[in-house]
This record gives sequence, structure tokens and C-alpha cells, in this order.
Amino acid sequence: MVNRRVNPKPRPRIAPKKSNQQSGGIQQHLQAYFISHLQILFSSLGRVIRTPLTSMMTISVLAIAIAFAAGFYMLIVNAQQLTGSFEDSNQISVFLKTKVTDTQGRKLFQRWQEEPLISSLQLITKDEALAEFQTYSGFGEALEALDYNPLPTVILVEPSDAVNNHQQIEALLERLQQTEEVDFAQLDMRWLQRLQSMMELAQRGVLLLSALLSLAVLFITGNTIRLELQSRQEEVIIAKLVGATHSFIQRPFLYCGFWYGFLAGFVAWLIVSLMMWILQKPIEKLSMLYDGSFHALFPSFLDLIYLLTISAILGIIGAWLVLQSQLQRLKPE
Amino acid sequence: MLTFNHVFKRYAGVGDVLVDVNFQLERGEMAFLTGHSGAGKSTLLKLIAVMEKSSRGQVILGGQNLNRLTERQIPFIRRRLGLIFQDYKLLQDRTVFDNIALPLIVAGYRPQDVSRRVRAALNKVGLSGKEKKYPPVLSGGEQQRVGIARAIVNRPVVILADEPTGNLDPELSGEIMGLFEQFQQTGVTVLIATHDVNLISGMQRRVLTLNKGSLV
Repeated sequence: MVNRRVNPKPRPRIAPKKSNQQSGGIQQHLQAYFISHLQILFSSLGRVIRTPLTSMMTISVLAIAIAFAAGFYMLIVNAQQLTGSFEDSNQISVFLKTKVTDTQGRKLFQRWQEEPLISSLQLITKDEALAEFQTYSGFGEALEALDYNPLPTVILVEPSDAVNNHQQIEALLERLQQTEEVDFAQLDMRWLQRLQSMMELAQRGVLLLSALLSLAVLFITGNTIRLELQSRQEEVIIAKLVGATHSFIQRPFLYCGFWYGFLAGFVAWLIVSLMMWILQKPIEKLSMLYDGSFHALFPSFLDLIYLLTISAILGIIGAWLVLQSQLQRLKPE
Repeated sequence: MLTFNHVFKRYAGVGDVLVDVNFQLERGEMAFLTGHSGAGKSTLLKLIAVMEKSSRGQVILGGQNLNRLTERQIPFIRRRLGLIFQDYKLLQDRTVFDNIALPLIVAGYRPQDVSRRVRAALNKVGLSGKEKKYPPVLSGGEQQRVGIARAIVNRPVVILADEPTGNLDPELSGEIMGLFEQFQQTGVTVLIATHDVNLISGMQRRVLTLNKGSLV
């Protein structure tokens, strides 16, 4: 077996004392290993900083790619508040035909109050609907231009607890729908479901986009590390000649990849935070229109940790992929 | 310590560079490897340093057949060798200390051990006090001493030197040879490839002569 602890006897006079390295146990070896990792961690950071222009350009490109994915993710997180702010209710909105007057609507309202399957009702007359619409929709002026009220009378129906499964709700919906004065009745959940499935679609989209951008991050880091490797070719070859293992040689480059990913992740976080800050005003304004039911959400501390972790891992993988193919080629002549 | 057993080396498109090479070096033996340019001196050294593998025959170092090494084992064989080059192969942007420390750092020595050993090696080659200097400010002789210190710092069993005095004047060459003799006396096997006939004749050592790839 090959072992560097096997030394010739007599020992060369240059180091007559038996070294601690050789007499020491695993603990000392681990200690040396840990120290060397720490040294390489910081020396590789130093290397990234020493070429500020190149590093900044690489990190910026990486950060933009990461911020792209993270930014879309933040938009979705924000939009999800919309679906979340609606309670899981079976409320049915019943829109009466426009020709039905408020008086007729009130009569229907009273009739339905006797209904055992309905627990509560709310009547929104044409005028009330108009007032509400003008206040919240932002289309108030457009409506003023019309000389009649286009909005129908609406009755909000809350089914009683007896109606608790899907079929019963559908049956009730059908019955309400059949009523003569009714134009159409709609389960509020329906459009919530639609919104949710749209949201799921968007999430898939972000996932796909993230996968693509991750590939971009891998390739960009890989290419940067390849150039770095080229400029340190001589060093790699000399290290090989004095007995450096593959993992020893690739270590500083992997740490380099780590730093690129980590720093790019941090810059991406800054970009997304800035983006949310810019969007905050319009979002709050939009929120007002929805009874202030949601707010601009900024990336949380946990999001930052995730972002840094993912981008650092991507950086390491990108570097690793290149090193596997390139390091073999560098052989001492 | 080192055995060549019917060793052939053929390069595609070049032909046979080494033809049926047989010799053995004992522990603590010092020998010269000579022959005109292109006789195969460097190739022979490369086989020992596992930079190349023989096409046929066996190269055995300390009982280990170098042809059968896996890629993973190669670094550990190289840690038992001290390699010295004509062009020194120093890292120009690292201090003398860092250059000499490289084999130790590669082998995972603790910083305090590294420091102690590097200073001992520097002292041995007569460069104490120059550890913070960078190679470009040193003379050729000094740079080669740094190369030698790097080669001996991890206590190799075999020192291989490829034209170590090729770029040095006779007086410096003599000093360098003196160093090799000292190492040899401590039990290290030393093989020096050179075409400097004057140097060899003054030393009274075993001489291996290569001619067109064969030992004569």
C-alpha cells in the first residue's frame, strides 16, 4: 500500500524530529483538513475580489438570471394572497334579470327567507350595487356617462348547514337558477377555483422558468471557472507534480463557484427587494380596491436563506461539472 | 528501491523512445542518467514520476508496480518523490515559503508542521531568510535551490532531477551537486539526468548512459 507515512530509514537529516503529523491522531488530521478548507474558502473569496470588474460582470449576469426567477416567484406569492383571502365558503351569488325591479327582487328575497336550505340572505339592490361599483372599481366616471343603471339586483345566498356536500350545493344552485326572476346563479367558489388553477399554471411556469435559468447559472459559472482554471493551469500542474489529489486541486475552484453563486444570490435578493419596493405603491392601491385584503409582500429572511443556498449550490455544481471534464486534461509534461 | 525491468516506451507516430531498459537503484544510491538530447532521459524520469506509463515491462518503486496504479494512487506515489526541473517550475506569484510549502499543504500537514519543515528545508539549501521573497527577484541558482527545497521538504525516498544544472554556471552546478550528495548520504536515492559530462566525471558515481533509448 502506498502511504506517505512510510518513510525511508535512516530519515533525511532535514527533519530529524518525528513530526506531529505522523504521530498525531485523526483529530489532528481533521483539524488540518478543516483549517485548509477555511483558508481556501477565504483565499478563493480573495481571488473573486481581486478581479473586481470580471467578477462583478459575472455576478451581475448570474444575479439577473436568479432575480428573474425569484422575482416571478415573489409576484406569485403576492398574487396568492388573493386566493387566500377568500374564505372557503359556499356562498352563491344570484343575479336577477335586469328587467326585474328592486320591488320584485325584494319579494323574491322574502320568499327565499322561508326556504329551509338557506341560512342567510343578503339583498344588493341596483342602486346599492351601482354605489359600490362606483366607489371601488375605478370605473365610476364611465358609469356616470351611461344614463341608466346597467347593474342587476343581486341576492347573496348562504346555504344552511344541511347543504354540505357537492351534489346538494349543485342541486340548490340548479333550483335557484330555475327561478323565473333569476338571470343566473353562480357559486362564488367557482371563480375562486378558476383563479386557483390559473395560479397553479403560473406556478408551473415559474418552475419551468427557474429550471431554465438554473441551467443558465450552471453554464455561466462553469464557463467562468473554466477561464479561471486556464489562467491557473501552471499552478494546477505543479500541484499535481507534488502529489495533489484531484479533490485537493478542485477545492479552490469549487469554493470559487460557491462564492459566485452566493454573491449572485445576494445581489438577486437586493434586485427583488428593490423591485417589490417599486411595486409597493401600485400594489397597495390595488389592495384598497379589494378592501385592503392584501399587501405588498417582500422576500422574507427565510426566502433570502433559500435563495443564497440554492444559488450557492448551483455555483458549486456549475464549477464541479467543468472541473470533471477539464482537470483530467491538465497533465504535467 | 527502484527497478526497471525490460521497459519499453513507444509514442504513437514517434516510435520507440525506450528499448528494453533494465537497471536497479538501491536505497541511498546516487546515479547519473546521461545521453545526448532525445536519447530518452526525460521519458525515463517521467515513467518514475508516473507522468507516463511504460508500453511494456515494469517500473517498480519501493515494491510497487507503477504500471498498475490507478489514477487515485498516483498522487500518493508522487508524494514519495522529489522532482527537480531544469526550469525550476516555481509559482512566480507565490513567495519562496509558499512554493516550498506546497507539497506539505497538498499532503494535509498542519500549519505549524508546515512552517517548521519549510524552515528546515530552507536552512538545508542555504536560503534562510529568503522565505518572503518572490522567485523573480532570485538568481537562477537561488531559484533552483528553492526547487530543491520543495523537492526534499516532504522527505522523499527518491529524488529525480531533470537537468538540474542546465541553466547554471559550473560553480553553482557544483554547489547543487554537493546538496544532492548530502541527501544521498541521508539514505535518499538520487537519480540525476544530465548531459553535462564535466559534472559527471568529477563525481565518481554510477552512470547510466542512454543511446537511442537503450542503456549502454
